[in-house]
Amino acid sequence: MQKRFEGSADIRPWLAGAMVFVTLALVGALANPYLISLMTIVLLFTFLGQSWNLMLGIGGQLSIGHALFVGLGAYSVAVLEVKYGISPWIGLLLGMFLAGSVGAALAWLSFRFEVRGIYFALLTIAAAEFARIMFSGWEFVGAMQGLFFPAPTNAIEFSMLRGDARFYYFVALALAALGIVGTELISRSYLGYVWRAMRDDEQAARALGVRTFRHKILVIAISAATAAVGGGILALVQGSIFPDSIMGMGLSVDVLIGPVVGGLGTTFGPLVGSLAAIPLNHLMSALGDSLRIPGLNNIAYGVVLVLVVWFLPDGIWPAMVRLCKAIQLPSRVWLPQPRKAEE
Amino acid sequence: MTALLEVKNLSKSFGGLVAVNNVSFALQAGRITALIGPNGAGKTTCFNLVAGAMQPTSGEVLFEGRPIENTPPELVCRMGIARTFQIVRPMRDMSVLENAMVGAFSWTRNVSEARSTAYESLESVGLAGKANARTDQLTLPDRKMLETAKALSTRPKLLLLDEVMAGLRPTEAASVVRVLQGLAEAGLTILLVEHVMRIVMEVASRVVVLHHGARIAEGSPGEVAADPRVLESYLGTGFHA
Ligand SMILES: Nc1ncnc2c1ncn2[C@@H]1O[C@H](COP(=O)(O)OP(=O)(O)OP(=O)(O)O)[C@@H](O)[C@H]1O
Ligand SMILES: [Mg+2]
Repeated sequence: MQKRFEGSADIRPWLAGAMVFVTLALVGALANPYLISLMTIVLLFTFLGQSWNLMLGIGGQLSIGHALFVGLGAYSVAVLEVKYGISPWIGLLLGMFLAGSVGAALAWLSFRFEVRGIYFALLTIAAAEFARIMFSGWEFVGAMQGLFFPAPTNAIEFSMLRGDARFYYFVALALAALGIVGTELISRSYLGYVWRAMRDDEQAARALGVRTFRHKILVIAISAATAAVGGGILALVQGSIFPDSIMGMGLSVDVLIGPVVGGLGTTFGPLVGSLAAIPLNHLMSALGDSLRIPGLNNIAYGVVLVLVVWFLPDGIWPAMVRLCKAIQLPSRVWLPQPRKAEE
Repeated sequence: MTALLEVKNLSKSFGGLVAVNNVSFALQAGRITALIGPNGAGKTTCFNLVAGAMQPTSGEVLFEGRPIENTPPELVCRMGIARTFQIVRPMRDMSVLENAMVGAFSWTRNVSEARSTAYESLESVGLAGKANARTDQLTLPDRKMLETAKALSTRPKLLLLDEVMAGLRPTEAASVVRVLQGLAEAGLTILLVEHVMRIVMEVASRVVVLHHGARIAEGSPGEVAADPRVLESYLGTGFHA
């Protein structure tokens, strides 16, 4: 009888995911340089969105200061490579360690003193802004002048994670795939279940034996460490980092756009959301430039966000899934009922 | 024979309101005890105190001889006390089965083991057929049964049930009663808050009666039903049998 419930170990999502990644790999092999650099950013923000999504979508903890962790990863890679010529691989590890520790410490302090929910989110902004201001005045890390990586070469050097645009595209693709597989595995493990329980109702989860204090710290530390990896690669792709762009509020918002538009708490949401939002942003900003309407991209961005949140409140990806189910199985169409109010 | 749970002079005040007033009782292992009393008598507050969801103003709670009144709820659960919530608290974005699995993760990290335990719990409360439903597709009585299944999945030694049979049809209630009796025979200790006297008389071997936060009677169902103070407290508040 247990067998019947193994249906959740469905391999179709894996097949679909594999097909998506084969397509993306073909894009990388065939596309022009502009498309490649655009898609590299899309994939990096898919990964960053995945990290943020793990924390809110599964763990129930809102961060609006994810730039802090992204920035720590970026600076770890940049400082080690630019100042000491140490491989970014080591920088990524250092970044994971630093961001994970800072995330865990922030979470520990916050939950220890019963700061939670939206107040915890405010604390993440405060911490990110504090770090940004600190890095802006810190000469050792380049202060406002930032840090510049050695000029890119066309020779691919894997040990230094150095190469051309196409190389970075494939690094970003691998990272996004890793993020999606990793999220899916976590989601299906006991961690996924207890985190989602904690997200839905913390007190009820505690009554069922979930040690929410340590699980909140764990999910935040993992999210922070993965965000740092994304940040480290983003720094390499950009070739330079500045505190305002890599640790600013703007980046924290960019990180969460993908999962919010694509579908909170879903595995493919951040990819779908980034695919929709980032090219739109670039397109509108190009259009704005040629029409001499500065800020057109921000307006279009805002409009699309409002439309998505209004018409597809749980995101694009869940809507696509519903659509596919409705098309595939016309005899057994099942659409979720709107939630009834609690009695 | 030592008691599995011992509550000694337990009190809880909310501001000026004394919700639980110097209450003591003991639960023998493998028995079903009913905790009854009119609305607002302090039954749910007693559960919250035992389960670690609230800390008492004074008094002690001993589980297997160890004081637990300042233990957080997740550790109380892991020691072997599971509770249901009178106001049901399903995890809304998880299926019925997934809800029931959460409790199992208090003793295993193996997902398929948790799944089969959860399925057994659902089966015992008659919800197996709705395992893949969403919790908002369940009726309120079914959600109460889900609360019970979630608690059972933790494999407790002591189960605290807060009005889980409310709204069930008599035949459904009878089958739940049989399940509870079976669990008690297998060694589970149950403390049950229940308003329907017929069920209390049938299933409980002991009854503790609260009124205005104080314990006004304790004994076998027969003794308690004949106790004038109990009758008075119920009649005074318009008891619905
Ligand atoms: N968290 C709280 N804060 C303030 N007062 C509370 C709180 N919880 C319960 N009370 C009060 O304590 C008293 C006892 O409530 P409790 O819920 O324990 O009663 P009960 O016996 O479970 O009643 P019912 O049969 O209606 O469920 C009530 O007067 C209630 O209003
Ligand atoms: Mg109550």
